[in-house]
Amino acid sequence: MASTKQNGTANLAANGQNGYKVIGTRPVRPDGVDKVTGRAVYAADVQMTGLLHGHVLRSPHAHARIRSIDTSKAEALPGVRAVVTAADLPVAEDKIEDLGEGAINLKYLSDNILAHEKALYHGHAVAGVAAVNPHIAEEAAALIEVDYEPLPPVMTVDDALADDAPILLETLRTDSMGEIGSEQTNLASFFRHQRGDLEAGFADAELVVDRTFRTETVHQGYIEPHAATALYSADGQITIWTSTQGSFAVRGQVCEILQIPVSRLKVVPTEIGGGFGGKINVYVEPVAVLLSQKAGHEPVKIVMSRADVLAATGPTSGSNIRVKIGVDSDGKISAALAELYYEAGAYPGSPVGAAANVSLAPYAIDNLQVDGYDIIVNRPRSAAYRAPGGTNVAFAVESVVDELAEELGMDPAEFRILNGAKENDRRPDGVQYARIGQIETVEAIKESDHYQSSLEGNYRGRGIASGYWNNWGGQSSATAVLNPDGTVNLNEASTDIGGTRASIAMQLAEAMEIDYEQVKARVVDTDTVSYNDVTGGSRTTFATGLAAYNLGQQLKKEMKRRLAEHWDVEPSEVSYEDGAFNAGDESLPFVEAAGLVQREEPLMASSTVHPQDFGPGFSTQCVDVEVDPETGKITILRYTIAQDVGKAIHPSYVEGQMQGGVAQGIGWAINEEYIYDDEGHLLNASLLDYRMPTALDLPMIETIMVEVPHPAHPYGVRGVGEVNIVPPAGAVANAVYQATGVRMDKLPISPANLLEAMWAKQAEEAAELVPGDD
Amino acid sequence: MDMAKKIAVTTTLNGEESIFLCEPRQTLLEALRDNLGLIGSKEGCGNGNCGACNVLLDGVLVNSCLVLAPEVEGRAVVTIEGIAEDGELHPLQQKFLEHASLQCGICTPGFIVSAKALLDDNPAPSEHDVRLWLAGNLCRCTGYDKIVRAVLDVAEGDS
Repeated sequence: MASTKQNGTANLAANGQNGYKVIGTRPVRPDGVDKVTGRAVYAADVQMTGLLHGHVLRSPHAHARIRSIDTSKAEALPGVRAVVTAADLPVAEDKIEDLGEGAINLKYLSDNILAHEKALYHGHAVAGVAAVNPHIAEEAAALIEVDYEPLPPVMTVDDALADDAPILLETLRTDSMGEIGSEQTNLASFFRHQRGDLEAGFADAELVVDRTFRTETVHQGYIEPHAATALYSADGQITIWTSTQGSFAVRGQVCEILQIPVSRLKVVPTEIGGGFGGKINVYVEPVAVLLSQKAGHEPVKIVMSRADVLAATGPTSGSNIRVKIGVDSDGKISAALAELYYEAGAYPGSPVGAAANVSLAPYAIDNLQVDGYDIIVNRPRSAAYRAPGGTNVAFAVESVVDELAEELGMDPAEFRILNGAKENDRRPDGVQYARIGQIETVEAIKESDHYQSSLEGNYRGRGIASGYWNNWGGQSSATAVLNPDGTVNLNEASTDIGGTRASIAMQLAEAMEIDYEQVKARVVDTDTVSYNDVTGGSRTTFATGLAAYNLGQQLKKEMKRRLAEHWDVEPSEVSYEDGAFNAGDESLPFVEAAGLVQREEPLMASSTVHPQDFGPGFSTQCVDVEVDPETGKITILRYTIAQDVGKAIHPSYVEGQMQGGVAQGIGWAINEEYIYDDEGHLLNASLLDYRMPTALDLPMIETIMVEVPHPAHPYGVRGVGEVNIVPPAGAVANAVYQATGVRMDKLPISPANLLEAMWAKQAEEAAELVPGDD
Repeated sequence: MDMAKKIAVTTTLNGEESIFLCEPRQTLLEALRDNLGLIGSKEGCGNGNCGACNVLLDGVLVNSCLVLAPEVEGRAVVTIEGIAEDGELHPLQQKFLEHASLQCGICTPGFIVSAKALLDDNPAPSEHDVRLWLAGNLCRCTGYDKIVRAVLDVAEGDS
């Protein structure tokens, strides 16, 4: 194991380590100059001749039957070119497909694009308009008359599971471990993971802590609103320019929704202004296609407003969670139970399955049970958000673990080391671990300057927490063209959200033993390379990087073969060292070889990969907070994250993932939540009222990159994008307990929620001081 | 007033005399992006909360989404496209690249314009000064660490 700490100033030009030339260095990303000068083209920046502008009309009700829609006044407004409603969508089949990151029923997918019979959340799309400018499109949308029959909204787990709960989806039946129920319900599915003997485990326990928690809906919060431009050409060919984590996921979804073959749709990914899981589902893309078709084959651009983004895209689930853990007299966990109730939004598909895997993953436990419930409510259809479902459940589990350690009088890091999962232990659903680095991350925190330092002062506290994310492999395709000047064009289809052009190009450069600057990485459209899964699941540097590694090996091998022919020797006699090919007395620098080997025939390579063996990630984090007892405001004084990164290809971007995930986790912990009124109207659909952390809310975030190489990747890469967001809420809650004596059982730990809890505790303590008469 | 009837606005844009047509209801951000083709200023929220559209108006930092386009008549506007000079990246642009201060990059133009406004006014800011000044710019990717370091690095290089 190696670990690298970030010091006060970033090490900008560190040499590669462990014999690597390129890996471990920090070069400038190829798309960097365009992004610091404003030239980079994001989704809303697309311009073209004859461009029309679209606007989407949205439901003002959380739950309503749509009796009728009259678009005549909108169509009559000068400047309007087309109006569409759900009636323009093909009838969708009730069938399940995996078109991005997880399976989805196509009927629900289509319903979410434009509401068919019912509006299921405040902000649900109802109609689309295309006009010569965005202002006219917006005016026209306001002229559309929709006759709604408002229905009572169902906003939470408790509302949805009540005996007399209004039903959202009339055909929904509970899928209980494959058995389909017979009653109408808002419970989409139930599952259970269990092993060992839970009852015996709890009977053996010396100490049991049993707590329930509530977390609120939060949004991914990417700064770029969703936007797409579609051109339905007169010859039937369709092109979509959009900001997406997966151009092929967009192609798949749009083709299913519109019932067209994939050969008729090309998706061109623009630069993407953040996704975090929220830019996998399509929203405006199919509407733009329909409008373009209806508007006489002119291109139509739809740009969402921030209010629409918050009301109708994302978010991730609110949840009710129960965690019960027992420990024996040695402090070893003897049994654990977790019950997870996740709000999926208007259609089934919360991340409760992933949450179950995360729940107790950092610990070695023989007797456990994890129950998962996927529940629909009148909120937007939930989307993936960075380690989907993980933050909620880790907040609950890590709070209980902290309480157990405290009751036992054990250091919380020691408790996690004693109970830590390692190679051959099993995840809650039974998956067995290969080499993992959980305990190493706890040790890194325990030995850190931060954890070793003292923290003094009133209302200050320190907390730690751990987290797990499984990561993903997925499918990737890439091609590489060797140019006669010794450079390589690398064509890949993984959207670059945080420097992956660089981290993928670096792996090709390392494999070919050439300089990073010789590789030109480009993200291409769906017509140019073969299928490629989304940039998600922390898979891109791992899997597309693996494809790039293969390309490098192929090109190098073919260059050797052709040089062997040229020199009339066996290919095995050709070696490559210090930038030159050699065989006997012959020697040729790479650049000259690149020209020579292509005199008779050009050289390119292609690689497709679908790695199944992807290494999971663990992270342990430490935070110091100060609580203002007057206002309940939490100040983050210091934050350190240790994460098993496998091998950091571009350390700056790995640190960036770690810091960014922590920042989002802190926002989730202390500020962010969807606030609804009693009728299910979203009240805080702006970035002022949906309060994400600013630069002033955060300190520098110290990073410790723990490197436990993943055995199934040539450079040891593990996904690094997601696990960092799993521990922060638990760590902050544990620090808040140390600062105030209050254990928070809900997120966010906002000033109001924290003050209420502190006052309740004070009242309780005051009551204990007064001699009671009962 | 007919809000759709276009009017001519004369301004100094990134140092050059410029005349453009706009509707009175258009914001400066819309005019820059849709009428003038300057796409570097981004709309993240449209109501002054995210700073992705920040530009300098007579040297003062503003959210261009909160300025109506006709208001820039006779005034000087500097956008992200006007930050690099004589074909050379501005030191802030260079340091943002070296420190990997951007991940998705959508907020980057706004941060660079805002940071330039800070350094024009206060060439030697403390970390707190930088964080306070940049609190009007939202970034969801980086946790701000590498952004703050880049700005401090430029400030230290100047002093």
